Amino acid sequence: MAVDTSAHGTPPTETPAAAIAGLDNLDMVQVTPRRRLPEKVWAAVWPKLLALAIVLGAWQLVYLSGWKSPAVFPGPATVLPDLWGQAHHGLLWSAIGTTMKRAVIGFGLALIIGSFVGALVSRIKPLRAAVGSLITGLQTMPSIAWFPFAIIFFGLNTSAILFVIVLGAAPSIANGLIAGVDYTPPLLLRAGKTMGLRRIALYRHLILPASLPTYVAGLKQGWAFAWRSLMAGELLVIIANTSSIGVLLSNDQDQTDMPGAMTIMIVILVLGIMVDGLFNIADGRIRRRWGLADSAQTG
Amino acid sequence: MQDSTVLQNGGQPNTGPRSPGPENTGQDAAMQTTGQDAAVRITEVSKTFGRGPSTVVALDRVSLSVAPGEFVCLIGASGCGKSTLLSLVAGLDRPTSGGISTNGNRVALMFQEPALFPWLTAARNIELALRATGVSRAERRDRAAELLELVHLGGFGGKRPHELSGGMRQRVALARALGQEADVLLMDEPFGALDAMTRDLLHEVLEGLWRRRGLSVLFVTHEVREAVRLGDRVVLLSSRPGRVIGDFRVDLERPRGMDSADTVDLAIKIKAQLREEVIRHGS
Repeated sequence: MAVDTSAHGTPPTETPAAAIAGLDNLDMVQVTPRRRLPEKVWAAVWPKLLALAIVLGAWQLVYLSGWKSPAVFPGPATVLPDLWGQAHHGLLWSAIGTTMKRAVIGFGLALIIGSFVGALVSRIKPLRAAVGSLITGLQTMPSIAWFPFAIIFFGLNTSAILFVIVLGAAPSIANGLIAGVDYTPPLLLRAGKTMGLRRIALYRHLILPASLPTYVAGLKQGWAFAWRSLMAGELLVIIANTSSIGVLLSNDQDQTDMPGAMTIMIVILVLGIMVDGLFNIADGRIRRRWGLADSAQTG
Repeated sequence: MQDSTVLQNGGQPNTGPRSPGPENTGQDAAMQTTGQDAAVRITEVSKTFGRGPSTVVALDRVSLSVAPGEFVCLIGASGCGKSTLLSLVAGLDRPTSGGISTNGNRVALMFQEPALFPWLTAARNIELALRATGVSRAERRDRAAELLELVHLGGFGGKRPHELSGGMRQRVALARALGQEADVLLMDEPFGALDAMTRDLLHEVLEGLWRRRGLSVLFVTHEVREAVRLGDRVVLLSSRPGRVIGDFRVDLERPRGMDSADTVDLAIKIKAQLREEVIRHGS
């Protein structure tokens, strides 16, 4: 066999370091334009402003059409000042306080219970077969159907509401965790195992972080269920001497106060959207960190 | 035309006598060697998937050994069970029959995809491997930095995998594999997804590390020239079932070029045999 090999291919004496550094620098050039903060804020805000304008416009049009009397269907010009007035009243804020406290406690309990059940079910195979479909079944059950049971069981008090919130939210949270664990990329599992990650270390360093995006999606869905359950609960379980969003809404119904009812509905909508926004921020951060939101930039 | 050259160049059916170390097909032969023990010894390994009529024989009595410090390339057409074999050696799966011994050596496995953990930075990915290996917390940071330096990624420890190019990610994966303090490096088409220039450079990096660290490497590829470029030996596997059908010793001086005449010559010979193997499945 001939010995000469240096004539072709890469020169053998030179270290590859210089060429590698060159290639890396070429690869690392990023073309993502950096926008300034005001631009970013404007880009995030204008679609929402537009959506708001469309809703208000449609509302005003229906009002102007004279389809229903102004007492039954007031226009924005009546409802928005009512909202403004109530916002300067302590009653609305204390009601929001009560409701959000219930939301936080209920969702917190659902978080703990859902995560615990999810962890258990994803880990233990026989439990999986038995409980897996049950969890999904619970998820499809309308939470309002639980109230007769909850009211008889707990009485007309906060526990009944919290019970239904937990039943509404926990299955989504558990399912999110189970799905996250299930969809841990097999390649990463193989890599982790060859590295010597076993049992608890495998969970802590691989499976849990890998399932975080799916878990957060489950939390978000769980929040939506919790919020619905809470509103249903506050309309059904009226507790004496406590004002909550549900109580205010119920009072407006009793007094046929449509502007008042619509005001509270707007508050409910805004609160729900705000909390959802928090979840979206968390979700976006995780996605960026995990490299899920990025388009490939290798070339 | 090809037939004579192929055989003359060492293509021996089943286990070739040219492979270093006493390589016999019997189990007892593997047991009795103690002095110059192989870094990896695969003895009569078979692997079947499924049962009954749908059984697939992925590997059929494959015997192969890698001497300490030896670079062995494994090539074959698709369906030859190359990846299965590496999984078995890495201990991710068990053979249906036969024995695999790594002689107490630590084994690290690299894939075609970098398989880095996307939520960790490059440095943290390596630190996690160090942690699993049992390196103390105090040492991990420095060791990770050293390893990154070894693969020419000194300044990139703080980047996340998705911020790096494919070649850079694969180098992080290489550093991570080295961080497992492995004596045996199993590589499953590690450069298959890279462009030619990046791949050439990584060949040099890998060759340098292999030499300096005295690693034993079992390198799977479907690119024959790559196998000739890197390997001390090129072992040819047949397809369905996977079986060793050729064992070529590569006596070319290092470092070799992928495109040098000698590399290409030998690659042509090996390719010819590989092609025959594929044609056999066409009829």
